[in-house]
Amino acid sequence: MKSDAWFRYFAIGSTWFWLGVFSLLAFLLMLLASIMRQDQAHILYLPFTFNNYVLSFSPIYLTIFLRSFYLAGFCTFLCLVLAYPFAFLIARAEKNRREIMMLLLIIPFWTSSLIRSYAMVSLIKTKGIINTLLLTLGIIHQPMQLLYTNTAVMIGLVYNLLPFMILPLYANIERLDMRLVEAARDLGANRLTILKRIIIPLTMPGIVAGCILVLLPAMTLFYIPDLLGGAKSMLLGNLIQYQFLTAHNWPQGAAISMVLTLLMGLMLIAHKLLSHGKDSNEDFV
Amino acid sequence: MKPSGPETEKTGIAASIYTYAVYLFFYIPILILIVYSFNDATYSVTWKGFTLDWYRVLFQDTNLWIAALHSLILAISASMAAAFFGTLAAISLFRYQFFGKKLVHGLVFILIVTPDIVTGIALLLLFSLFHLPLGFWSLLLAHISFCLPFVVVTVYARMSGLDKNIFEAARDLGARDLTIFGKIIIPLLMPAIIAGWLLSFTLSLDDVMISYFVSGPGFEILPLKIYALARLGVKPELNALCTIIFVITMSFVVIAQRLQRKQP
Repeated sequence: MKSDAWFRYFAIGSTWFWLGVFSLLAFLLMLLASIMRQDQAHILYLPFTFNNYVLSFSPIYLTIFLRSFYLAGFCTFLCLVLAYPFAFLIARAEKNRREIMMLLLIIPFWTSSLIRSYAMVSLIKTKGIINTLLLTLGIIHQPMQLLYTNTAVMIGLVYNLLPFMILPLYANIERLDMRLVEAARDLGANRLTILKRIIIPLTMPGIVAGCILVLLPAMTLFYIPDLLGGAKSMLLGNLIQYQFLTAHNWPQGAAISMVLTLLMGLMLIAHKLLSHGKDSNEDFV
Repeated sequence: MKPSGPETEKTGIAASIYTYAVYLFFYIPILILIVYSFNDATYSVTWKGFTLDWYRVLFQDTNLWIAALHSLILAISASMAAAFFGTLAAISLFRYQFFGKKLVHGLVFILIVTPDIVTGIALLLLFSLFHLPLGFWSLLLAHISFCLPFVVVTVYARMSGLDKNIFEAARDLGARDLTIFGKIIIPLLMPAIIAGWLLSFTLSLDDVMISYFVSGPGFEILPLKIYALARLGVKPELNALCTIIFVITMSFVVIAQRLQRKQP
């Protein structure tokens, strides 16, 4: 086997190179940058400080952080409520129908969310389709101001992120052992009890996976508030973008990103614990 | 599990309505975008007749052509490199034992979940540490690294579905690792590799968040150009441009999906 040892080394080496340098090292650099200082002359300099983290929780940033969390949290909740029954319907559909349903779901999952956000702009703008339609039908008498409001941002976020909630839920519901539901029914449990005591606990890993895939992008997809929202809809993503590209305060931007990364870490741990050692990664792709 | 009666029929109808409503929600904005790219009016909402003028305007825009060419070169090279290194990574993770294997495997999944903005700034910091000027190379490296995990996962999934005895049989018959790799593994994995490649191409062509941080003024790419134009408002030429890109990426996704469904 010695003669092709080089192949093994090449495969392992290139794997380590890509993941070691472009993710591990890059993330360690972000951690480092978040505890460094910045001034006019230097992008980053020593000695280390925790001031960036303290500042991240100062009133100005905290307001944006909380608002961002509230908007993203509400978006995640809406997605969950909309996605759960939908994932169930796909999982219960007959095979041919299910394949078409999945394909139609995967297209918005993979195609550009920028283009879809832009499509939403032309739909809801003051002289857009929705307003024109409602005016013509006489349902409203004045065009609604939808674009550049928080409602528009919410519509845009749910529109873009709903598939990211449906897919992990579907993966979990599909694996659900229906015999458990039947057993519960035979033992006299009603629908609500079955849902509360069996279906929801068993699909909890999918719920958490979906929440991770929706909550984090909802806080960070800066072009959605930028295209659809007003000046007041600044989210965490817009703040990080601002720190890096306009204010040139990299340490502050890195610190805010670290807070976000920490949140992701906590959610991933929760997901791992809920999966009880099963291959928990399957939920994400 | 299926009780019968009038109640089931009612829930069945409700379920159908709900299903269609969700799909309409997904597709109506895109369909309207496509229809309006053929509308013979600049600002009007009403249909003024079919035209290809907006596409003609697009094709005359040299700047746009350059950005499109850049994006294409970037997407082709990044997706091919990602498919190559991603396949190697999937094989390493599946067949070999090595130092830090668990960590590397974990990183693949963490990268998929990580918000793009975090990946973007982490890479920006990395490139500035190595004094790599922002432009084609920084974009290429960034695109390869965010596409790679998706290839790994796609290829790894197919490899898990393969019959392990095939490798043992080949080895017993005296085949070396490289022969097993070239004659057995690669052909069997081909559909997954192509699927991963197509998905990488789509991701690369559509990426805004990460490219936003690691691109430079010397190398303009299409998604950032679209973003800049979209900030200025709705325009029929932009509808046409978005239509073209949507149709291309959608066909790639459909083909990739077909390939992944094929049983080994």
